[in-house]
Amino acid sequence: MSTTIPYKPGKEPHAREHRLIFRNVDRADYDPSIDCYIRNGGYVQLKKALGMERQAIIDEVKKSGLRGRGGAGFPTGVKWGFIPPTNTKPVYLICNADESEPGTFKDRYIMHQDPHQLVEGMIISCFAVKAQLAYIYIREEFPEAAIILEKALAEARAKGYLGKNVGGTAYDLEIYVHRGAGAYICGEETGLIESLEGKRPYPRIKPPYFPAALGLYMSPTIVNNVESLCHVKHILEMGSEAYAKLGTPNNTGTRILCVSGDVQKPGYFEVQVGHVTMGEVINDLCGGLKPGRKLKAIIPGGSSAKVLRADEKFKLKDGRELGIMDIPMDFDTMAACGTMAGSGGVIIMDDSRSMSWVINNLNQFYAHESCGQCTPCREGSLWMKKISDRIVAGTASPSDVDELLRVANNIEGKTICAFGEACSWPTQSFVKKFRDEMIGDTKPELESKIVNPETVLAAANLV
Amino acid sequence: MSTAPTPVPASPPPVDLVNVQINGQWLKFPKGTRMIEACRQAEAMVPHYCYHPKLSSPGNCRMCLVEMGMPPRPTPGQELEKDEDGFAKIGWMPRPVIACANTIGEGMGIRTEGKLSEECRKGVMELLLINHPLDCPICDQAGECKLQEFSVEHGNGESHFREEKVKKPKNVDIGPRVRLDDERCIMCSRCIRFTAEIADDPVLGFTERGSFTTLSVHPGKRLENNYSLNTVDICPVGALTSNDFRFQQRVWFLKETKSLCTKCGRGCNMEISSREKEVFRQTPRENNDVNSTWMCDQGRLDFHFVNSEYRLTQPLIKVDGKHQAATWKQAIAKIAEALKSVKPSEIAIIGSGRMTNEELYLSKCLIRVLGVENFAVIPRTGGADNYLRADDLNPNSNGVRTIWGVEPGANLDTVFENITRARARVVLVLGENLMKAGLEARQLQKIEFLASTHVLANATAEQSHVVLPAATYAEKRGSMINVTGRLQKLNKAIESPGEARDDWEFLRDLILAVSGTNGLYSVDDVFKQMAGEIELFKGLTLSRIGELGLPIMETSEKVPVLEREKERKAKGVIVG
Ligand SMILES: Cc1cc2nc3c(=O)[nH]c(=O)nc-3n(C[C@H](O)[C@H](O)[C@H](O)COP(=O)(O)O)c2cc1C
Ligand code: SF4
Ligand code: SF4
Ligand code: SF4
Ligand code: FES
Repeated sequence: MSTTIPYKPGKEPHAREHRLIFRNVDRADYDPSIDCYIRNGGYVQLKKALGMERQAIIDEVKKSGLRGRGGAGFPTGVKWGFIPPTNTKPVYLICNADESEPGTFKDRYIMHQDPHQLVEGMIISCFAVKAQLAYIYIREEFPEAAIILEKALAEARAKGYLGKNVGGTAYDLEIYVHRGAGAYICGEETGLIESLEGKRPYPRIKPPYFPAALGLYMSPTIVNNVESLCHVKHILEMGSEAYAKLGTPNNTGTRILCVSGDVQKPGYFEVQVGHVTMGEVINDLCGGLKPGRKLKAIIPGGSSAKVLRADEKFKLKDGRELGIMDIPMDFDTMAACGTMAGSGGVIIMDDSRSMSWVINNLNQFYAHESCGQCTPCREGSLWMKKISDRIVAGTASPSDVDELLRVANNIEGKTICAFGEACSWPTQSFVKKFRDEMIGDTKPELESKIVNPETVLAAANLV
Repeated sequence: MSTAPTPVPASPPPVDLVNVQINGQWLKFPKGTRMIEACRQAEAMVPHYCYHPKLSSPGNCRMCLVEMGMPPRPTPGQELEKDEDGFAKIGWMPRPVIACANTIGEGMGIRTEGKLSEECRKGVMELLLINHPLDCPICDQAGECKLQEFSVEHGNGESHFREEKVKKPKNVDIGPRVRLDDERCIMCSRCIRFTAEIADDPVLGFTERGSFTTLSVHPGKRLENNYSLNTVDICPVGALTSNDFRFQQRVWFLKETKSLCTKCGRGCNMEISSREKEVFRQTPRENNDVNSTWMCDQGRLDFHFVNSEYRLTQPLIKVDGKHQAATWKQAIAKIAEALKSVKPSEIAIIGSGRMTNEELYLSKCLIRVLGVENFAVIPRTGGADNYLRADDLNPNSNGVRTIWGVEPGANLDTVFENITRARARVVLVLGENLMKAGLEARQLQKIEFLASTHVLANATAEQSHVVLPAATYAEKRGSMINVTGRLQKLNKAIESPGEARDDWEFLRDLILAVSGTNGLYSVDDVFKQMAGEIELFKGLTLSRIGELGLPIMETSEKVPVLEREKERKAKGVIVG
């Protein structure tokens, strides 16, 4: 990429990176002001967009093949097309800046260091879908980013890119920052919408509530991730055809991988989708595992993604046979390997890690974050946590491991929102893939000794 | 197994009909029917907790998960494979769907039986129970608890749960009439939705999250609206209980009698739960033309007087200024003698808008037989609350209009004046306390002969020369016409205490005593005779009125709660 950009020492992008979204992240000569952004070619795409037919912008996004970077990988242009053509209600656009998926840390850098990229991407997107009111829903834990965004919005307003007559056209648009109150479920788009409406973030049942048809205040609402909205600007800049040449077919463009865990140099890397393999992520981008350590497991797309075991082999339908290090970092192959590319959070675990401890850590998170609305997730998430607590504490028996799986199976596919899968997939995959190790952490001699405390009381006729 | 499509008779009038296969059988249902209602009509009951036809559907309990399928979408030119009934073969979905919030579609298949549906139910049941106290024997809901009921059908025999249960607040005082046990709450949100959607008093809500989710009342607020006890009815478990009823009686000992509330002109349909001679509680009974599934707390709780120690249980005759116990025969003879001893113009009869049609009819007969012109009914108004309560606090003002032919309150001033001027020498008061209606003791003392019927001892009774012990609404059969013109039926739940008697019997005997005519052996006979005389009742009998009553009069009265429910139903928010 642009070799002329001076980056902060030690923060230079890796040679295998392809920076679009993160072009200005860690630049030595960059600040979040609008002047800096404009000096670097900012708001040019907005001016271009305002001169285009709305449908032409949507078509460009469709043709670019952009898939959402928030987790589900849903094609952005297709989503925009779901707004009913006969709609007469106001259309809203929401930028999902809740970035709460453990292992994911990309949106925060955009907001901290290059906020106007997001603002420009949002204004273009709003114009395309005819939204005149938009929100940035930002998690409570990003107080600094909220201030930076407020400032960026004020600057854009002062320059006439927001408010009445955007860029001198007849189009009016307002964008507001809305701060969350510290709940992972506010990242789920319908929970987010409820929260924005001032209610508890209880995800909505679907159908009938698909946000693009019935969203905020029961009006058509487009919810997109921070990174997804930034890509829109680059699609216009490059043209959809050139953009679609990045990455691989059906997995176009670039995406930001957030690598954490047991590697020498964890961090964020913007790469062309599918152009690097898992092995290259670990060995090239991240400088390899820690000295003397062996790879044990990888969670490839945020904490909700199913875990992969180091020695797994994947036989794909198209005939490819892959080892874990051969998996290209794209949406489709990751899905074919039985997990997901999700939010781009890659968690590497070496042989120093206890899998019982890891799953307990994840269960702890999900039990804490379940919104509590629907029975299977509300009750099951805490139950799983309690079982894995005992496995870690050495007070579990072997049958507890299977019990853990049984509880997870009673959650998956039976809940209101995808949190049900998010909390059951980790358990299902850990038990499936590390069953022996987990059983090894239990004590067979406890099998008949662990009983429900209530049963003890009942036997003593105390209840 | 499967047969050709058969229309389900319970469906509303022909709209667009949709073919749905339920447990292998093809049936037709009106478009827009919820899956759960279609299953119910097909007698495939889907267990549920959060779903309530009168409230919005949050789909949160997941108890109603069923297997669902649709015919595959054909590619252009493709012929879909047909089953033996000629319907496109159903492509079953691997994931279950909730039956409560989803509507049916053409060619849909639903399996409420079978592996997937049963596994889901079992799973949800188990998860609902892990943090629920397993102490049904000391829970007041036992016997009418949906959790208990479904866990027998769908639960595991024993608990797999080896953990400590979540601890939550117990015995929480959330309002004057309702008590909360958070450990029993299954978080179905029915009570929250009721207070928000029906009572417009959204004081309930959840705090905390996940398994620690706790129902609570908004800080500084109380659940004290006049409809609060409906939350107890709709709570599927023992989390919300009525302060008035809790631990008074095990529900399986109670006898239910379908009757009416008589505390205002709405005539809410209700069930009276009694054991032997005692009433223990009253709960609303669904009638979508009267009270939906609700009733007000005031009406519901106003029954304790039935078992009061101040009930009159014996006819009393005043001798030398003191009441002495008498037989009915002696009392009636005394009244008849007094009535016959004066001119008709010297008699006044004061009736009540709380009397049944049958009582009104017999008293009108008495008025006619005696030729009395001084008669009136005491009005009561000012109850309207924009929900159920009617402005008219008499339950049978329309009966008064129809049978006595007067407006409640009309002529009352004249009658009172005749009393205060001592022009009315003999006064018969039926079920009203004149001293509450504005007369004073010294005025009543001017009456030469005052006879009155009462349920409870009171000041008017004190002044009366003859006092007759009357039956309460819970002790009688009869009919009333509510404010919307609906003829409805009261049924007898318990026996009256002591010698207390249904007013119609006393009136019959009194008519016999003053005129010698009779021929009425039962309250049904009274209705029959009345129906022969009064056009509005033509062709009806007491038993033909039915449990839900019959509209017989046009009035302009609307029921605010029903109007709002109609609106929400039209919008598809509720099933109705
Ligand atoms: C439990 C849960 C949490 C989620 N959290 C986030 C989040 O923090 N940020 C995000 O962008 N999307 C999150 N999502 C995905 C959103 O629901 C939604 O799909 C996404 O914002 C759409 O944007 P995209 O199409 O641009 O990816 C979450 C989904 C679930 C089920
Ligand atoms: S699945 Fe979990 S997070 Fe989603 S609605 Fe149900 S309880 Fe809430
Ligand atoms: S108290 Fe009863 S009605 Fe209210 S949420 Fe709990 S279980 Fe449901
Ligand atoms: S609204 Fe009237 S009839 Fe209904 S319960 Fe209340 S008092 Fe009784
Ligand atoms: S009845 Fe609760 S989800 Fe359907």
